Amino acid sequence: MSAVDIGPALDVLDDLAPINHGHVIPLLQAIQDRYGYLPHEVLLEVSEQARIPASHLYGVATFYAQFHLEEHGRHTVRVCKGTACHVRGRQIIQEAVDEELGIKPGQTTEDRRFTLETVACLGTCFLAPVVMVDHDYYGTVNPDKVAEILAGYE
Amino acid sequence: MTENGSRIASPADLSARREQLIAEDVGIRRILVCSTGCLAIGAREVEAAFREGVAAADLQGEVQVVATGCHGLCAMAPVVVIEPNDVVYGRNRIKYVPDVIEQTVKSGEIIRRFCFGRDPEMAHLGDIPFYAHQTKAVLRNVGRVDPQQIDDAIQRGVYEAAGQVLTSMEPDEVVEEIIASGLRGRGGGGFPAGLKWKICKESPGSTTYLICNADEGDPGAFMDRALLEGDPHSVLEGMIIAAYALEAAKGFIYVRAEYPIAVEHIRIAIEQAHERGLLGPDILGSNFSLDIEVREGAGAFVCGEETAMIASLEGERGMARPKPPYPALRGYLGQPTIINNVETFANVPVIIGQGGVKFAESGTEGSKGTKIFALAGQVNNTGLVEVPMGATIREIVFDVGGGLPKKREFKAVQMGGPSGGCVPASYLDLPIDYDSLREVGAIMGSGGMIVMDETTCIVDIARYFISFCAEESCGLCAPCRFGTVRLKEILDRICGGRGTIDDLNDLERLAEVVQKTSLCGLGQTAPNPVLSTLRHFRDEYLAHVADRTCPAGVCTALLPEKEVATAAKEG
Ligand SMILES: Cc1cc2nc3c(=O)[nH]c(=O)nc-3n(C[C@H](O)[C@H](O)[C@H](O)COP(=O)(O)O)c2cc1C
Ligand code: FES
Repeated sequence: MSAVDIGPALDVLDDLAPINHGHVIPLLQAIQDRYGYLPHEVLLEVSEQARIPASHLYGVATFYAQFHLEEHGRHTVRVCKGTACHVRGRQIIQEAVDEELGIKPGQTTEDRRFTLETVACLGTCFLAPVVMVDHDYYGTVNPDKVAEILAGYE
Repeated sequence: MTENGSRIASPADLSARREQLIAEDVGIRRILVCSTGCLAIGAREVEAAFREGVAAADLQGEVQVVATGCHGLCAMAPVVVIEPNDVVYGRNRIKYVPDVIEQTVKSGEIIRRFCFGRDPEMAHLGDIPFYAHQTKAVLRNVGRVDPQQIDDAIQRGVYEAAGQVLTSMEPDEVVEEIIASGLRGRGGGGFPAGLKWKICKESPGSTTYLICNADEGDPGAFMDRALLEGDPHSVLEGMIIAAYALEAAKGFIYVRAEYPIAVEHIRIAIEQAHERGLLGPDILGSNFSLDIEVREGAGAFVCGEETAMIASLEGERGMARPKPPYPALRGYLGQPTIINNVETFANVPVIIGQGGVKFAESGTEGSKGTKIFALAGQVNNTGLVEVPMGATIREIVFDVGGGLPKKREFKAVQMGGPSGGCVPASYLDLPIDYDSLREVGAIMGSGGMIVMDETTCIVDIARYFISFCAEESCGLCAPCRFGTVRLKEILDRICGGRGTIDDLNDLERLAEVVQKTSLCGLGQTAPNPVLSTLRHFRDEYLAHVADRTCPAGVCTALLPEKEVATAAKEG
């Protein structure tokens, strides 16, 4: 793997300066925004520059579902596991998506095309069951529609 | 007279600005396009088509297209409301826009196929039972203003209550007013807001902090999302009034990152409020100053719990802290801190506007004012509703919600999310308030209402919520970390056709232990869905363990082979 460019992380540190402990979450969010994930080299550099122990950065990063330490696929598929979607049959949607992609939630396809996640309610319960791909919502999904939806993303 | 975009120097200036905005809009009719929840289903394109259509028809001088918050009737998304007499059209598509402009906007004719229930008798907002049975107080501006334009808010009178408070009331008087109103926290716990403020004011400390809890983690709840997206200035106004009462100089809004539109709208609102001098130093010439910072959550349900939220704001893992001390005494950075829910803050200007005593005339003995509910699941009119406290479940589900689709039978309504319970059909006429729900083993919660019919398996629902809590447990205390997993295992067994009568007793015993011994609200309330379903639907549990059947036809291990295939198909 090629070395990761530290530049964007330094910009983030500049933007947020002076950094204190309370900034850890916005800091990690900004880094993930730039890189798409939290690269190990970057976290070590940030730890040094901001004088926040790397153990703390990792402790926080692994606690919150939003952060990931590995690169995501080009598209993120999120199947809602909220209550409204649950009572309208989200399990069979999840199974159809799992099968179509051949991976489980939390994993990325080998060709890096998709990362699969679950989410606890997208706040669009009137569309239940809901699947979101990147920023697009798909409502009242049935298993037969899954392949067609995913085919739209290269 | 105040210029567009300039600082507003006093309450008198604010009123003048409002008058001016009202005068400028005389004779203008508006097409209100929901551009928040309905975005998920093409509202942006519909809005653009209306703008083009209005321009093409040369109507710009008299007709304005406004991108608003949620109209509530999400089942008919994308929803458009056309003034002057509030014609409500649903299921709008770009290709229909020219017809709507030609026939309805220009000639005032009703197009039957876009009406609620395709019934022209229900063309107007006031005719539709969904709206007729509601009382819009906190939601009064949602769907009526462009949330990205502070002038729209000012025109509707937002910030006037803040002006009144900042220049003519003492902080203690404000607290007394909130106490008199009887307002209870809308985030789920129902603690009296005024009392909490009073305790906080009496706490020692160098600085007081204010936090708006916009984490809305209960799956199936979208009330706070709708408020922040549709009327962010009223939430800010509530925070300004609270900060003044508490003499706090710094506020946070902790908002769920899964709500990108809410994040965007609240940020824009804060920026515009700063430009107008409604936030920042010397608000409305009162010498009072307040800064509000937006922090995005990072995907942890437990951070909705107040002490975990404070830990998260301090840059820590979102783990709960023992209470007492309550945040009102020792919270953010060890200082007195008030955390209130979005809807709680949004009620504050309403209370100041009409007076605490008047506010207390609505609702029930112990629960005042209105409550917003997010209605979802097996119900026709899924959407956002506001009713007076004390409305019955029947009124909400059947009068407002239009009942269940396909004439299915009402089985239960789940309230309060993972901390709540299932209320069975026998309580359809129960007037809803904090205390009545507690008596039947549920809670008001934050306002999510999921309607269930005979195709929903109650045991599966209990298992669903316990799995949710097991995954979201922060892991700090053992009863919650292990207890929720053990409860889930028992429920897995029952749903998998391997349960026994003893399992039911174990469930009850373990649930009580987890309730009584967990550190924070997550663990203390996680067993509620199990206990409430055991209480009201014991027969259904017994069917699973004694008869080895799942009456709802959900638990596949308990179905005959051929039914498994059809159940999978029907979902
Ligand atoms: C696990 C858990 C999750 C919670 N999530 C939320 C939430 O998403 N939003 C909220 O306002 N309150 C939530 N609460 C309640 C808060 O701890 C707190 O009581 C509330 O924000 C106080 O505001 P209120 O008095 O205005 O309701 C949660 C509590 C627990 C135990
Ligand atoms: S439960 Fe799926 S969007 Fe709310």
